[in-house]
Amino acid sequence: MQTDTKSKIDQTTAPSGTPVTVLRFEGDISSASKDAVIGSYQSLSKATVKTVLLDFTKVEYINSSGIALVIQLLMEAANSGQKVLAFGLSAHFNKVFTMVGITKYAGLFPDQAAALATV
Amino acid sequence: MTTAAARTTTVEVRLPSRLGFEKVAMSTAASVAKLMGFRDERIDDLKTAIAEACINAIEHGNRLNEKLSVGVVLSAGVDALEIKVMDDGKGMKTLPSKPDIDKKMHGEEDPRGMGMFLIQALVDEAEWVVGTNGKGSYVRLVIRLDKEEA
Repeated sequence: MQTDTKSKIDQTTAPSGTPVTVLRFEGDISSASKDAVIGSYQSLSKATVKTVLLDFTKVEYINSSGIALVIQLLMEAANSGQKVLAFGLSAHFNKVFTMVGITKYAGLFPDQAAALATV
Repeated sequence: MTTAAARTTTVEVRLPSRLGFEKVAMSTAASVAKLMGFRDERIDDLKTAIAEACINAIEHGNRLNEKLSVGVVLSAGVDALEIKVMDDGKGMKTLPSKPDIDKKMHGEEDPRGMGMFLIQALVDEAEWVVGTNGKGSYVRLVIRLDKEEA
């Protein structure tokens, strides 16, 4: 009964010239989102992908199980020496991510351009 | 003069113990809170808190047993909304400690287990009540209207 999460992988380049991989999520992020969140992240090459952007622009609902998946992704990225940034969260989920401490390990930005400007 | 108790309006919802149905409680609570005059920001807080309470009831209280339902009672008063989320579990005798992002990131703590922390952080009151005879536990949440909203 949980809503499916869609994910899409895009490649872009930061103004600095650094290649960046963008994981775009759509739908709800909950315990049913493991494939969309962790699966899509794990499909990226750890050898070539050094910066990952998480796009939450089309995500309406994230619960604590979904946040746990994001933390798992951040943990794997940290162990692989990858930098992770996130953008597009609503004001409420920006607050929730800040409350649980995610901002210590992933910068949160209002949009893709703002995130890319820091890379 | 009308008393606050006399002006309490109650809405009840029963959910199947199936993940995803917490969204029914979220939208019902949001509708009631909107009618009461809560700001959108507080309604978002309420939606997350009630979702986490329902998920705990579905997963831990009723252990995903679809023969059991989760009861949600919304009591709208003059200046506050009280929510009770009831399940058939034994309840929690001790509350988990505050989540530690560093421990989670270093694999020293389960990445999950943030629901109760979020509930406590997002509403004005949160109370976990253990049912008598080891059954019928509930969580009681209260969210108050700001003076500007009331």
